[in-house]
Amino acid sequence: MSIDNDTGQAMSRPDAVPFPAPPRAGRAPRRRRRSRHRPVWEGVPGPFTQAGKGIALAAIVLAVLFPLYTVVLTSISTQADVNRSGGMVVVPGQISFAAYEQILSGGIVTRAAIVSVGVTTVGTLLSTIVSILAAYGLSRPGSVLHRPILFTFLITMFFGAGMIPTYLLVSGLGLIDSYWSLILPGAVSAFNVLILRNFFMGVDQAILDAARIDGAGDWRVLGQIVVPMSGAAIAVVALFYGVGYFNAFFNAMLYINDNTKWPLQLVLRSYVLQGVALPGGGGTADVVTGAVSGLPVKMAIMVLAILPILAVYPFVQRHFTKGVIFGAIKG
Amino acid sequence: MRSNAVAAPTGAPAAHETPGPAQTPGRGTRPGGRAAPRKVPLRLRLRRDRSLLLMCLPGVLLLGLFAYVPMLGNVIAWQDYSPYVPFRDSPWVGWDNFVRVLGNPLFLDAVRNTLAITAFQLVFYFPVPIALALLLNSVVTPWVRTTIQSIVYLPHFFSWVLVVTIFQQLLGGAGLVNRVLAERGLEGFDLMTNPDTFLVLITAQSVWKDAGWGIIIFLAALSTVDPALHEAAVMDGAGARRRLWHITLPALRPTIILLLILRLGDSLTVGFEQLILQRAAVGAEVSEVIDTYVYYQGVVYGDWSFAAAAGLVKGLVSLALVLGANKLAHVFGESGVYKRS
Repeated sequence: MSIDNDTGQAMSRPDAVPFPAPPRAGRAPRRRRRSRHRPVWEGVPGPFTQAGKGIALAAIVLAVLFPLYTVVLTSISTQADVNRSGGMVVVPGQISFAAYEQILSGGIVTRAAIVSVGVTTVGTLLSTIVSILAAYGLSRPGSVLHRPILFTFLITMFFGAGMIPTYLLVSGLGLIDSYWSLILPGAVSAFNVLILRNFFMGVDQAILDAARIDGAGDWRVLGQIVVPMSGAAIAVVALFYGVGYFNAFFNAMLYINDNTKWPLQLVLRSYVLQGVALPGGGGTADVVTGAVSGLPVKMAIMVLAILPILAVYPFVQRHFTKGVIFGAIKG
Repeated sequence: MRSNAVAAPTGAPAAHETPGPAQTPGRGTRPGGRAAPRKVPLRLRLRRDRSLLLMCLPGVLLLGLFAYVPMLGNVIAWQDYSPYVPFRDSPWVGWDNFVRVLGNPLFLDAVRNTLAITAFQLVFYFPVPIALALLLNSVVTPWVRTTIQSIVYLPHFFSWVLVVTIFQQLLGGAGLVNRVLAERGLEGFDLMTNPDTFLVLITAQSVWKDAGWGIIIFLAALSTVDPALHEAAVMDGAGARRRLWHITLPALRPTIILLLILRLGDSLTVGFEQLILQRAAVGAEVSEVIDTYVYYQGVVYGDWSFAAAAGLVKGLVSLALVLGANKLAHVFGESGVYKRS
């Protein structure tokens, strides 16, 4: 963990570079107030330019956050408030968690959430481990079969087999209505393997050589040196995989016919987007027949589908800017 | 290694080289002693590298099964495949399916829609992340910058179902915007079901979801610009606009070209999940693209061989487009997606 943090610190320095430190000596008196982060040579933009930029940025931030605000607010509003405002709630009224109690008290939404979280967890673990192994296996140019194996991965980035043969294969393997159909077909992404490979190849080779001289084999080098030193890259790749699993709806639409096995995104699509009443569900206490079956419940399902991402995102997003992704665009 | 490379701008040389990825960091630094080529007999090299091979194995197996076997499965495009008959017993029909596909007006409509969406987004989506990155790059206070960055990256991680639903709730016929308009006595609109504005709608959705994330690569490229270049230009009397034109944009050029190539290569692939979610609402005339067409013909209507042929045509044309675009980049002296080695 401490090693992880160390690399994190070391890697974050490049970000600061475009903004050189203010001059240490000889401050000239200035007429206009200027940010201490602004390089000396750069003139301060006029007030109109700055105001324009500020407004543009504020509008952009608002465009992202406002929809989330109204979704969350509607999900914790009462049906009465929703009726009064005629739809999405913008002005806070009475707070009520009835919608959440309803969707989380068993029934189809709860089950879908469990399915989604389960598939995401298993899938992310599997994908990340397989990718780490493959990335390390490919990190040494000149090893046996290095180029053929690398090309095996690369080709899949440029030519996909297509939906129909893949579907026929999955159904031929008997994976229809199996959760594995949501995991295995997309388990390895060549792109993510390349991200990791690139990062592994950047690890200081002297350290690895030292370990080898001390008698560590490749497994040990990978597990005890490379992986702990690559926390940032692994976190980002795991996030990519996790988000992919959690957000996918089409593969479930293809492979999962039994709607009691639906993941959250399919439930979201049917019940919230298309407004279809969920079939089955078992019992009268489910979302369809409940007291507040309107907008608050729909928005609560939305929040349920956002929450896991919001929970993980802050921990991973600080790694984004560290060139982890950028480095792998080219194979 | 890489972090040094990115940190380089304070020392001059990296300035106008292609940012970051042009050199894979490890390429120059071969692991000491390991790379001794050829002379070592294969048997010894196998012994030496057997753990590496073993590590690649799970990935290769998964790709082999779920990427390469389906590639071979495309042979059903030359068959009259039926799921009830064993694969080998399906009759061979030569190029019939391809002839049917290319002569099918609905397929050609789907191609036209796909290309229209690609062209529209190339004009109205592609420049947005560049502009956004320039805007954000001009923000000098670090915490403001990183905060805005974190916020605009976020929608990229939402699912399409979520994004479409948000748009529906805000801009749909009964959505928030329409309600506000109605209260003001203005005429409303329904962006979600109007085929005429469908291109605008899906582009707006793409911008909302992905434009913020798209800036990440441009910001990385911008961070490699040597501040000394700007400083020198200022000394020579260049204003902000000239520096943008002569320093910043040239620094972004390789990245822009790279992304343009990738986009052109992907011309035939447009947001599949996004479109299939909205096909019912807006109608197939404008929202049917090649991928949705393949899905409906194959999985929904059961014309497997026909759909596989359509999918294969798309896959091969896409491959040709990527290679062609890359060739074009080489002609223009850029390094492109991959380098010839």
